[in-house]
Order: sequence, then structure tokens, then C-alpha cells
Amino acid sequence: MKEITSNMAGNVWKILVGVGDEIEAEQEVVILESMKMEIPIEAEDSGKIVEIKVKEGDFVNEGDVLMTYE
Amino acid sequence: MFKKLLIANRGEIASRIIRTCQKLGIQTVAVYSEADAEAPFVSQADEAHLIGGPRVNESYLNMVKILEIAKQTGAEAIHPGYGLLSENAEFASRCKQEGIAFVGPSPEVIEKMGSKIEARKAMQKANVPVIPGTDAPVENEEEAVQKANKIGYPVMLKASAGGGGIGMQLVWSDQELRKAFAGNQQRAANFFGDGTMYIEKYIENPRHIEIQILADEKGNTVHLWERECSIQRRHQKVIEEAPSPFLDEETRLKMAQDAIQAAKSIGYKNAGTIEFLVDEQKNYYFLEMNTRLQVEHPITEEITGIDLVEEQLKIAAGQTLSFSQSDIKCQGHAIEARIYAEDPKTFFPSPGTITAFQVPEGKGIRHELAVSEGNAVTPFYDPMIAKLIVHGETREEVIQTLKAALQNYRVEGIKTNIPALQMIVEHEKFAQGLTPTNFLDSIKK
Repeated sequence: MKEITSNMAGNVWKILVGVGDEIEAEQEVVILESMKMEIPIEAEDSGKIVEIKVKEGDFVNEGDVLMTYE
Repeated sequence: MFKKLLIANRGEIASRIIRTCQKLGIQTVAVYSEADAEAPFVSQADEAHLIGGPRVNESYLNMVKILEIAKQTGAEAIHPGYGLLSENAEFASRCKQEGIAFVGPSPEVIEKMGSKIEARKAMQKANVPVIPGTDAPVENEEEAVQKANKIGYPVMLKASAGGGGIGMQLVWSDQELRKAFAGNQQRAANFFGDGTMYIEKYIENPRHIEIQILADEKGNTVHLWERECSIQRRHQKVIEEAPSPFLDEETRLKMAQDAIQAAKSIGYKNAGTIEFLVDEQKNYYFLEMNTRLQVEHPITEEITGIDLVEEQLKIAAGQTLSFSQSDIKCQGHAIEARIYAEDPKTFFPSPGTITAFQVPEGKGIRHELAVSEGNAVTPFYDPMIAKLIVHGETREEVIQTLKAALQNYRVEGIKTNIPALQMIVEHEKFAQGLTPTNFLDSIKK
């Protein structure tokens, strides 16, 4: 199982994928909002989304797992 | 003058307003969010009240709560600072209803200048140049081509409901415009549910130059010269200076006169700023009016010796301006560098705890600080943690002082844009004053 983690503290602004979606490497999966700026989070690898651990509006810290894929 | 003032803001600007209030003998009330409990402005105010959670809509944008505290504490006036509620016509209007003086212009003026179309119309009426463009939507490709030829290429094709660059395209010829029109119209319709298109003249390598004005209740209106704010990243200013190294005396005076005319024509009161885009031939066009104090106001204070916050408070209290245009001198040169908590390369935010914070002191150096050592920089607000303002006789002298000051500016625990600021001030284009708004993007590539 692979993880997509947050690279900074902020709010989850948009979730761009759903469970079961096939994603490609470098695809944007989540957009975080921090200090009035939107920061896209990309998947490192290709795969299929297994679980989404956050919802839009959640606050996340640096290093928090946002979703898992395989 | 007011005996007590509430500051509906946070960070360095709250501290800045408190300082002037202390000078004038005005009691200050701070309001703060849970995330700002440790911030310097909270302890600097005579009293401070917690208003809610860290998110702005739970705290600094909560009009009801802020007005409630103003009434409880007996504050006679509210200073909104910049950002947050400062350009919110509804807030200004509610203050009025509650009998509390809002330090700023009337709700009607805030509303008018807040609408791009209304502001443009008002400026045209006041004979202030606006960016040439279509005032009514263009219906189809043929009309677009016709209008574009009248304006002259290059033109920007824009969706009226647009945002984030969607439905917007720069075109240089009839052919390009024809190719772009239908696609952008469709995209705008899909994204915004509105495919209305406009055409505007594209200003190549523009400068962003703004004029500070002050107007009292009697309508006495003066300008305090210009600020050059062309060095930007993501349309946010990074370094500002006064006077502009680009303008000649004639253009400068014309812009200042137009700014006064613009302010007078809309019945503007208090401090305000008219922003202009200036092209390479020094033609200038109205961009927007900021109906509040600007972040970069200190450089104007340094060259004129006028405390803008003090003037704002006096005007709001109904006092007449104590000086006329001929009393306002422009002496020396001033530059402001904004210190942001962000990665100096990617410009991505860098929240965290400041483990060490030491600022350089010396002749001509002024600080406006939002944080102190041990404070956490949270992800909830703007990344600006401080402003470094340098003043001196000449531009060359100021640049030297700024270089040394940046070298001795110490922030640890978070990343800051200080390396980026150093790169800018060391750049030969900066030394020559050759920095249009795309300067930062152009040197990063």
C-alpha cells in the first residue's frame, strides 16, 4: 500500500479523486489551502485509490496521510 | 478625538495602529483569534478580547462579534487595517448604524470601488484614463475582431465572470483572436455558466505605480506622491519603493492630479490609494482603488514625514487636514521589503514555530513586526511576518542599507523569502530601476 501525505500544515480545500479511481504518477489528487494559497498535492506513483482519510475542510498537519493507493 | 478605538485586524498592522494610538493618547482594544493568543499585538493593546477560532470566518470576519465587543468596551471607532473587513461595505455600514466611527470612506464609496465595472465607469466620468477596452460584452467573433482592431493589438480576451486565468487569452492578431474566441467562450460558459466575453488592451511590460491620497470630511484632498510596487510574485507585492525610479516629473504630477480628481469625483474620504498600470511609454491607466490603508504605507510616511494612521484617525474624528498640498514634501528615498514565511524558491508557504528572531538595527531602518521569537506562524493567515523599511537620502544609499539589513536579518525555525529578497536587491536590473511586473518571473526562469 502506498500513501499520499501532506507536505505542509493547512486545510483540505478540494479532493480531486474518489475511492477506486485509477491515478497516474504526478496526478494532482488533493488541493490544500495554507496561508491563503492553494497547494496541489500529487501522487508519486500510478495506482488505484484504496482509502481517502480526509474530507474537504479538514485541517491537516505536515506528514499526515491523506489517502492510500495500490 | 476618540478616547477608545477597536482594531479589527491582526499582525503587524494591529501593532502599527496601536503605536499611533499610544502617541495620541487613545485607548486600544484588540480582538484576536485562538491562533493569535501569543501574538505581540494582543499584549500591546490596552485590552484584548478573544473572538473565536483560528479560521477568519470564525474570528476576524465575524462582524457581529466584533461590533458586540466594540459596544461592550465603549470603543467609539473601529480601524479595520487592510484585508479582512477593511473593504467590506456591509461592515462599514453596520458600524455607522451602531454609531461607531469606521476609519475609512463611506460604505457607498467602498461598494462602488469594489466593483470593477462601476469603478471603471466612475473613473471614465472623472476623465481618468482606464485601460482601453469594450465597456459592453462582445457577442461574437466578428464583433470581437472589429473591436480588437479599434483598440489595437495585442489585446486580452477575457471572460466577464472569469477568474484564475480561465477564459482569458492574450492575442496578437485577427487570426489568433478568431482561433481563440469560440474556445474561450465555451470554456467560460462551462466553468462559470456565463460565456460573456470582453476585450481589453494588453499592456506590455507594465509598471504598477500607485498614488496615496488623503481627504477630509470637508473635501480637502491631497496626494502624498507615488509608490512603485512592480516587484510582485503571484500578483502580491514583495518590494515597494518611493519615489518610483521609473517616472519622470511630468508624468508623476499628472498621475497625482488625476488621483486627486478621481478621489474628489467619488466623494472620497480618509486615506486611499489609486493604483495605475504604466506602460513603457509612460502612458498610465487606472487599475483599481484601494479604499483603505495599504500594506506599503510606511514608505510614504518615510518620504513625507506624515503619520498616515494619525491622519486617518483625525479625519474619521471629523478634523480638517492640518496641511495643504504645498506643505507635503518628498524627501529622500524609501524601500520596503516584505518578509514572508515561505520557501524562497517555490514561494510555497512555510508555517512553523520561530525559534530565533533577530532584526537588524541602525540608521534609516524601521521594522513593522507581526511576530516575536517563540511565536508559531500558523497556516490560517497571510504569510507576511514582518516588513523591513529603509529610508535614506538617495536610492543608492537605501539599497546599500537594505542589502546590509537583509544580511543581518535572522529568522530561524521557518523558511522565509529573505534569500529571494537578497537576490532581487543584488540584481543589476533592480539597481537600474528596470523592473516591470514580470521581473521576478523573468529572473526565476
